[in-house]
Amino acid sequence: MRKFVLTAAAAAVTLSVGVGAANAAEALKAPSKTWSFSGVFGTYDQAQLQRGYQVYKQVCASCHGMELIAFRNLADLGYNEDEVKAIAVEYEVTDGPNEDGDMFERPARPSDYFPSPFPNAQAAAVSNGGAVPPDLSLVAKARVGGPDYLYALLTGYEDNVSEEVLQSIFETETHKREVQYAADLEAYNVRKAAYDEQVKSDPSLKEPTRPEDPGPVESVEDLGLPDTASFNAYFPGYGIAMASPLFEDAVEYSDGTPATLSNMSADVSAFMMWAAEPSMDERKQMGIKVILFLLVFTGILYAAKRKCWSDVH
Amino acid sequence: MSEQLKTNNPVIKWVEHRLPVLSFLNESLVVYPAPRNLNYWWNFGSLAGFALVVMIITGIILAMQYTAHVDYAFYSVERIMRDVNGGWLIRYIHMNMASFFFIVVFIHIFRGLYYGSYKAPREILWMLGVVILLLMMATAFMGYVLPWGQMSFWGATVITNLFSAIPVFGEDIVVWLWGGFSVDNPTLNRFFALHFLLPFVIVGAVVLHLWALHRFGSSNPLGIDATGPQDKIPFHPYYTVKDAFGIGVFLIAFCIFVFFAPNFLGHPDNYIPANPLVTPAHIVPEWYFLPFYAILRSVPDKLLGVVAMFASIGILFILPWLDRSPVRSAKFRPVYKWFFWLFFANCILLGWVGQEAAEGLPLILGRLATAWYFIHFLVVLPLLGVMERPKPLPVSIAEPVLRGGGGLAAAAAKPMEKA
Repeated sequence: MRKFVLTAAAAAVTLSVGVGAANAAEALKAPSKTWSFSGVFGTYDQAQLQRGYQVYKQVCASCHGMELIAFRNLADLGYNEDEVKAIAVEYEVTDGPNEDGDMFERPARPSDYFPSPFPNAQAAAVSNGGAVPPDLSLVAKARVGGPDYLYALLTGYEDNVSEEVLQSIFETETHKREVQYAADLEAYNVRKAAYDEQVKSDPSLKEPTRPEDPGPVESVEDLGLPDTASFNAYFPGYGIAMASPLFEDAVEYSDGTPATLSNMSADVSAFMMWAAEPSMDERKQMGIKVILFLLVFTGILYAAKRKCWSDVH
Repeated sequence: MSEQLKTNNPVIKWVEHRLPVLSFLNESLVVYPAPRNLNYWWNFGSLAGFALVVMIITGIILAMQYTAHVDYAFYSVERIMRDVNGGWLIRYIHMNMASFFFIVVFIHIFRGLYYGSYKAPREILWMLGVVILLLMMATAFMGYVLPWGQMSFWGATVITNLFSAIPVFGEDIVVWLWGGFSVDNPTLNRFFALHFLLPFVIVGAVVLHLWALHRFGSSNPLGIDATGPQDKIPFHPYYTVKDAFGIGVFLIAFCIFVFFAPNFLGHPDNYIPANPLVTPAHIVPEWYFLPFYAILRSVPDKLLGVVAMFASIGILFILPWLDRSPVRSAKFRPVYKWFFWLFFANCILLGWVGQEAAEGLPLILGRLATAWYFIHFLVVLPLLGVMERPKPLPVSIAEPVLRGGGGLAAAAAKPMEKA
């Protein structure tokens, strides 16, 4: 019983929070992209991470927190100690209590964590039409496809996706509807036959309603997304509560990189990957050494085994 | 074969007289006679032992940094990943070794099935192995709950809810397991305590497993008993060096995952903090539970599904009495060999079914595969024991090894000696 209450509550919240997530529809698989950190030898590109941080700070941070990242972590992006301090003091954090027992605001220090834009999930939901913007610290590891998915999502809004992508979505959805309609119709025919039989003896029976043909999906409007949702080709269910956050020249890069939608999306996705997995460079570099050592060491063990067993075979 | 520990060191002699631990180790690890013809499938026992030791060492280090509380667990794990020196390495080793431990143990079990290692006089050895498997599954399940991500929470909710299928007492048992009215802080706390305890229980079971093993020694690919000292070689240096080489190969495969694809075997949803109000679209257990999960979901009735899932492992306990064939090794069982591979493929199929939604084709295949899983044990094996004509067995282990497989034809088909 408790389980049912829990499941019902869960279903209700899912409906209100993740627009479209409730019907668990499949979305397009994000195409894989080549990153500076792809592959065994790939490492983060510090310049890209800095640009990504700029996009996060100027665009994403107004709604999305990054609670697991401290200002000191930004040293990974290539900022020196003074630069990190300068970044930190731009933020106000709550500290205390002081000697009078009061909490107070002070400029952030490198050891402080990024303050979240909302005090709690409820406040976040109220300000965002019921949908809680997820914290971005781990989002690159918490979604299938990781940075590929994030890039595809940011460039997957209606105005940005290609006609072929739209058409393939429409075809898939049309097919799904046809299958569903055929099944509904079959169920209706069974019910109708039973009704025709029984209505002779009991005229008070209600005639079952014939399901309506939903028709093909030919445009984004035909998908029937909620009014509060924007179409996104890569979001499960295609309806995302976040309106397209990036547009051409949304930020101005200091290193002269053109602030195209594609560049900004790639930069901020790389930044989120770093935030989720800051030790990736160290891990891969250690891994190469470990594997090389193991290859040699295992080779020696194999030679020892051969030598040792030579009198048995 | 008991070769005494030879030494002139007075300190060792003094200790030995009072506590003969060194001669015990000498007998079990150095001079211990092992069949001379063990192939590489016999490496997986020592690999499993190695995996257990790695899990315990990394686990204790993680426990020093972990906080078992619903408000802190997720963040304490992230703190290990980000701020603890080498924490990410220790945690990725622990995470991936859990998977590799299961890979190794599954291969070890299939090796036992192929070569009939469960047959007399090694039934208790086999049954202790099944006990270890059950303990491992319980430990792994509770370990997966500790990071308190979405899959941790919902996996725990689904699995503990299975016990509600028990008639009459089901609901009460679930509340008792939870320590409350849902999976919550008391559940996390007790899972942490048990996750810490059970590995040491596994160590105890492993000691018994080895004790039973050393009673009659390892079985071997021919499945015949040793006829004399010429069939055996001392464990050290022959198998110590072979096992060491095996560990080297194992570590290469393992490190590729740890360093280059550490999250490949995990689920992205577990990097989202647990939220009792949001159900993930698909709740999937860790890959090593998928075949059992498939069996559970293939049975339309909840209680019977749970029974079938536990029976799929429980049936292994009585395997030595289901397989009546006097011949151990599938090498000499022309029909069983095919059924073994069919059974193996069936288990892989169940694993695939376990990760699909339980509808359509996967559901149908899952039901057929579940049926076959039990038919294999309950019908095929007993029948084969009577109907199969085994090939002639070699006279001794040393003979085919030393004469390059000759002499097989000369040996008459004779039933295996019962020790």
